[in-house]
Amino acid sequence: MSQLDPSSSAPVEDSPATAQAPPPVPVAATTAAKTEGVSVLREIVAGSGLVSLLAVVAALVLGGLLIASTDRQVGRTLGYFLARPTDFFQALWTAGTSSYVALFQGAVFNPRQGFAPLLETLTVATPLICAGLGVALAFRAGLFNIGAQGQIIIGGTLAAYAGFAWHLPFGLHLLLVLVLGIVGGALWGGLVGYLKARTGAHEVILTIMFNYVALYLVDFLLNTSAFQRPGETNPISPRLDETAVFPSLTGSRLHLGFVVAIALTVAVWWILSRSTVGFEFRAVGANPSAARTAGVDVGRSTILVMALAGALAGAAGVAQVAGTEKVLTTGVAASYGFDAITVALLGRSSPWGTFAAGLLFGAFRAGAVQMQIQTGTPIDIVLVVQSLIVLFIAAPPLIRSLFGFGRRAKRRGPRARHAQGTTAGGAA
Amino acid sequence: MITTRPHFAKTAAAGAALAGAAALVLSACGAPPETTGPTASAPDFIGCIVSDSGGFDDQSFNQSSYEGLKKAEADLGIQVKEAESKSNNDYETNLNGMMSAGCNLTVTVGYLLGDATKAAAEANPDKHFTIVDFAYAQPVPNVKPVVYDTAQAAYLAGYAAAATTKTGIVGTFGGVKIPTVTIFMDGFADGVAAYNQAKGKDVQLLGWNKAAQDGTFTGDFEKQDKGKQFTQNLLDQGADIVMPVAGPVGKGAGAALQEAKAAGKEVALIWVDSDGYLTAPDYKDIMLTSVMKKMDEAIEALVRDDTEGKFSNEPYVGTLENDGVAIAPFHDYDAKVSAETKAELEQLRKDIIDGTVTVTSQASPKK
Repeated sequence: MSQLDPSSSAPVEDSPATAQAPPPVPVAATTAAKTEGVSVLREIVAGSGLVSLLAVVAALVLGGLLIASTDRQVGRTLGYFLARPTDFFQALWTAGTSSYVALFQGAVFNPRQGFAPLLETLTVATPLICAGLGVALAFRAGLFNIGAQGQIIIGGTLAAYAGFAWHLPFGLHLLLVLVLGIVGGALWGGLVGYLKARTGAHEVILTIMFNYVALYLVDFLLNTSAFQRPGETNPISPRLDETAVFPSLTGSRLHLGFVVAIALTVAVWWILSRSTVGFEFRAVGANPSAARTAGVDVGRSTILVMALAGALAGAAGVAQVAGTEKVLTTGVAASYGFDAITVALLGRSSPWGTFAAGLLFGAFRAGAVQMQIQTGTPIDIVLVVQSLIVLFIAAPPLIRSLFGFGRRAKRRGPRARHAQGTTAGGAA
Repeated sequence: MITTRPHFAKTAAAGAALAGAAALVLSACGAPPETTGPTASAPDFIGCIVSDSGGFDDQSFNQSSYEGLKKAEADLGIQVKEAESKSNNDYETNLNGMMSAGCNLTVTVGYLLGDATKAAAEANPDKHFTIVDFAYAQPVPNVKPVVYDTAQAAYLAGYAAAATTKTGIVGTFGGVKIPTVTIFMDGFADGVAAYNQAKGKDVQLLGWNKAAQDGTFTGDFEKQDKGKQFTQNLLDQGADIVMPVAGPVGKGAGAALQEAKAAGKEVALIWVDSDGYLTAPDYKDIMLTSVMKKMDEAIEALVRDDTEGKFSNEPYVGTLENDGVAIAPFHDYDAKVSAETKAELEQLRKDIIDGTVTVTSQASPKK
């Protein structure tokens, strides 16, 4: 399970309890006793890969039960359960599996289209990965970046404007769109960092409010003629020039933006594990006071990490307007800014973990379409599964007791003596 | 806490098990059905629908269009596939999914799907599409736009409101400032103005200025509390009849008006899109009338045409004349609207149909 995260930041884990905990459950009950928000964040970040995996499994099982419970055939067979129970269990199994089979067929492979759905998964994953990296990077520096949504919007808006209002040659145009989107996101995020560093305002409140400012700003802009199509008053921008959009890869919806997402993942990995600033970020994230004592400029570090986080989210905005949407609407960020938080949590804030989590969520999203069309399962189920995953990850003890390995963790922790033998057995 | 949780879990589990067992005992005594072969062969026409991000429960055009397709399923025996979009990202994927599902006719809802529908139609020239509440500047050969001259019906509602108000002030607000919303407000404003001109009165309209094309908007089609707050503001300014043009946000308006009614005020609500007396029955006691866009009927008729091989890309424009738009019956308010007003409304309806009276809006479908 630990090999899932090679870039794990062992050197800066300052908490001895975490570092010395046995490998299967690195987050011992001791850390949970801490009440500071930062320590909760650290616990989530340091959660084992096994917890992430089990969270996904548990959420899928619960989601399956939910699908089955809304299935008409299941309800019908329950009506004569005593007379012919096999029908009920068969219906239960069919309802659950057929939905997930459709999900898989829409996300990875189906006999008709081969691996074409996989390309769709990668397409949907692109903005999730970019924005998820932004959230993850800030997490590692001890900051809750809830502002990816606003950063995507601002990045996307600048990028879109450059894409439809200016007419430049191929290559240069796309480059400018990409740069403007990234700069837009960086400014929006950096501003939050600046305010936090200078005034001490909490980044959660700042980023949430900045999300609103961004949303209503783009709403306002789309009601001005500069952002509308000539002769129309709908709040939708003209299409971006062909020179301003990411070229398609393999003739599908998959576009060059995915390659950018891979490059950004490498870049974040490099920053975090190879560069001096990355070391400073992690030091600040682990213990700001200690970092300050050691000579790290915490304020500068906060501004920089928020700007970088915003830049990554801005890239997600570019992936939206120059990749799939090709127009600007108020829904440009969809819910990617918030999904990004989930992705970063699931990926335990490591670059490649976030990349993998982005792919998984991309698969959920891509597959949900097929699931809805083929089996009539409401698309909301996928959102329920996603939310359950977060719930389980945010509450590792829940997963541990659910899968029965909480007992060992408790015995090793100092609180184990408080727990009675019977109750520990009950949890198993 | 650590010591108590497992207890709780145990109790909860036991409780759930008990409840489950009880449910089983209570419900599980039915007789199993006879085993039969597959049901009658599925009809070969597949009608599909892709919603915009509002979803099929938006109390507005997604819902009406969806109901139209469901009616076609029940009446014509076609097969229906549906895809709800959660964000703008889903349009293209949902449409692609529909294409692989073999849809004959795909209904898309709203201007947000304009580009995606056009792209899918061009890539699949042998398939038919229809898009609700949006028309292309350049027609697409296999896409039929379904649009509405809603201003005509809203004009009648405005006239009825002006004739019914006790305070001499009526109000409106929109969800988002888009043409399909402002067209209601334009018609409403003209109806109020027509009443003032005919009767020499000075009924005021709050929330929309037709000349300036500006007014009050809640900003989305979701937040009902905003609808309540906006309606409260209108009431505070003296309005006693309110027309929210904001899908489910209208329920917030209904709640505010019901509170005002409970406080002894005489107030009324004008619903939009469907007959609110039937579709939002919680507020039927305050429902003066509704400005209806009969999208469900249009969609069903369109599906019928297509199954009979009579598809065309000629835009369908719902008007008073073809009964595509209309105002709903007054229902409980029937006694409160004078016979004179009813006669005038009927006359106005005829005048609009034969062109004696023209209702204009910037947002009206282009002829």
